[in-house]
Amino acid sequence: MNRGGELPRWVDIGLIPLLNLVIALFVAGLVVLIIGENPFQALGIMLNGAVGSLKGWSYMFYYATNFIFTGLAVAVAFHAGLFNIGGEGQAYIAGLGAAFVGLGLEFLPWWMVIPLATLACFLVGALWAWIPGYLQAKRGSHIVITTIMFNYIASSLIGYIIIYWLRPLGSMATQSRAINGAYILNFREMGKMFFGLKLPSTPLNPVVFLALAAAWGVWYLLWRTKLGYEIRAVGANTEAAIYAGIKPDRIIMITMAISGGLAGLLAANEILGVQHLLLLEFVQGAGFVGIAVALMGRSHPVGIVLAALLFGLLYQGGTELSFAIPKISRDMIVVIQGLVILFMGALEQTFRPYLSAYFFKAED
Amino acid sequence: MDFSLAPEILASTIRMAVPLILACLAGLWSERSGIVDIGLEGKMLAAAFAAATGAAVFHSAWIGLFFALLVSVCVALIHGYASITQRGNQVVSGVAINMLAAGLAVVLGNTWFKEGGRTPALDPDTRFMPIDFPGVAALANVPIIGGLTKIIFGHSILTYLALILVPLTAWALAKTRFGLRLRAVGENPQAVDTAGISVSKLRYEAVIIAGLLCGVAGAYISTSLSASFVRDMTAGRGFMALAALIFANWRAWPALGACLLFGFLQAIGNFMQGAHLGSFIIPVQFFNALPYIMTVILLAGFIGKSIPPKASGIPYTKDR
Repeated sequence: MNRGGELPRWVDIGLIPLLNLVIALFVAGLVVLIIGENPFQALGIMLNGAVGSLKGWSYMFYYATNFIFTGLAVAVAFHAGLFNIGGEGQAYIAGLGAAFVGLGLEFLPWWMVIPLATLACFLVGALWAWIPGYLQAKRGSHIVITTIMFNYIASSLIGYIIIYWLRPLGSMATQSRAINGAYILNFREMGKMFFGLKLPSTPLNPVVFLALAAAWGVWYLLWRTKLGYEIRAVGANTEAAIYAGIKPDRIIMITMAISGGLAGLLAANEILGVQHLLLLEFVQGAGFVGIAVALMGRSHPVGIVLAALLFGLLYQGGTELSFAIPKISRDMIVVIQGLVILFMGALEQTFRPYLSAYFFKAED
Repeated sequence: MDFSLAPEILASTIRMAVPLILACLAGLWSERSGIVDIGLEGKMLAAAFAAATGAAVFHSAWIGLFFALLVSVCVALIHGYASITQRGNQVVSGVAINMLAAGLAVVLGNTWFKEGGRTPALDPDTRFMPIDFPGVAALANVPIIGGLTKIIFGHSILTYLALILVPLTAWALAKTRFGLRLRAVGENPQAVDTAGISVSKLRYEAVIIAGLLCGVAGAYISTSLSASFVRDMTAGRGFMALAALIFANWRAWPALGACLLFGFLQAIGNFMQGAHLGSFIIPVQFFNALPYIMTVILLAGFIGKSIPPKASGIPYTKDR
């Protein structure tokens, strides 16, 4: 059987991913069946919870904002042939950028602090990913292992900094004081303040536009600039890239920095736009969701935005579902995430031989 | 620091090291055959859940262990199927397994026991408790020897099993035909294939061994170290074991050393909650991060050099 058989393009980028997604959701449905609930009823509640109300929609976009950032982070690295598994840690450590700039420069007007704090999120995340990039490029340490280690190091470091530096005296909670200087108003607060509207209470805020801009920026970078061409060349064939005069070491470091910076922007959404203080574990696995999103979106910004929305739907719908049917806890989302990564990532080629057999037969 | 705590800390070191040793050996078998295993964490977590569930339902730690082995091997076979038969990305498969285990354990636990993902607390007789060696209790108050007995004897049977598996692994990989072939398959699968030996079969065997070892590790965590399953209770041990494996340069005896060292750091971290050395406070977070920092430094080649098996992570295609 010809594994690499030439399949029509629509099969390659449309049918195969769709088939894999359907199987992942089918297995998830089986799990729901096993725990004694009706998968179709569950699906209905989920869809209704996410797209059945304005509140659902805006929660969905709020979750998607985070996933767009982490998905783009994974995808950019994928294009250079790198597996950045450390989006979680890069987003987490970027919270320090938000906190240090947001707290340290709070004497400045908001229209200066917010951009600076957002930039700090990008830069801190970029630095945290640049180090593994540097170690891979110059010292030959494997990026997957180093970025995993950096997730744990970030976790300890933030715990330390919050407890020993940022926690207000006498406070028991392990969190910083409120970051009021760089307070990004959410849409509800804006609507109330400027238009007298009463919008549903959700954390959706203007950072969602930054996420969409980032998606466009990544597309432009990868397919319209020299650097993007070099990144893709290194990922496609490092040897050939070297012959073309590209320095892979340099590209690896730059790509990782961009990747980490994108993941770091999650902190702008979560810390500046939602929590308004630095707290432990605010990333809550979004870094790992980014892997699923990038795989599902085929590492293309358009695909990533769509996949991020789908995961936003899963998160919002899953939360509603866990209220409606307590037996199906929110952890079901993690199961679905795992299944998506398994079937769309590790097992993505499973159906290719059957499909190519079918298509070649049809052609004969 | 108070040195009277030394026996306690060392005994705790061993308790902390046991799951690391087992997971590290699992990774060793798998990666020596050329299969990268990021999913150690997920296999241990699934096994921990299966062990606690089995022990709670059937009132026997041994039945719990049996379920742990069964579940962990099944998970290992998923990884094997994806990475050997389907030649998928092994890191992606490992990430998927970690998520699946973390999610499924809580979803199923929540359904079966209705305690928010916890399993029922186990009685001492349905857990692996420290073995009662005759005569040891009498020595407990003798200075020095009493402390030593605490370190050497106060452990469950799984601890001793883990410790025996270290020389066994070293021997099997260095001296047996199976071990030599397995190592060859991780270095140069083409050569092994040319010799008429099945690469897939050897790799599947390695993956199953890794599953068994993670099964024991999981059972140890939920039925010996603790008395029930709690969500995410493996707490990154799978990744720490991976770090230890790199630290040990993919060899069994050094793996024992690395796991004991990391176990020691965890034990100190646990004992030092809020303690200081003189007037200087050493933060607990420092001890938590130290194994990872050391691994990064080692990987960067600043202290020695670690060289992974040549073919690890690369799917084998026969017709190339």
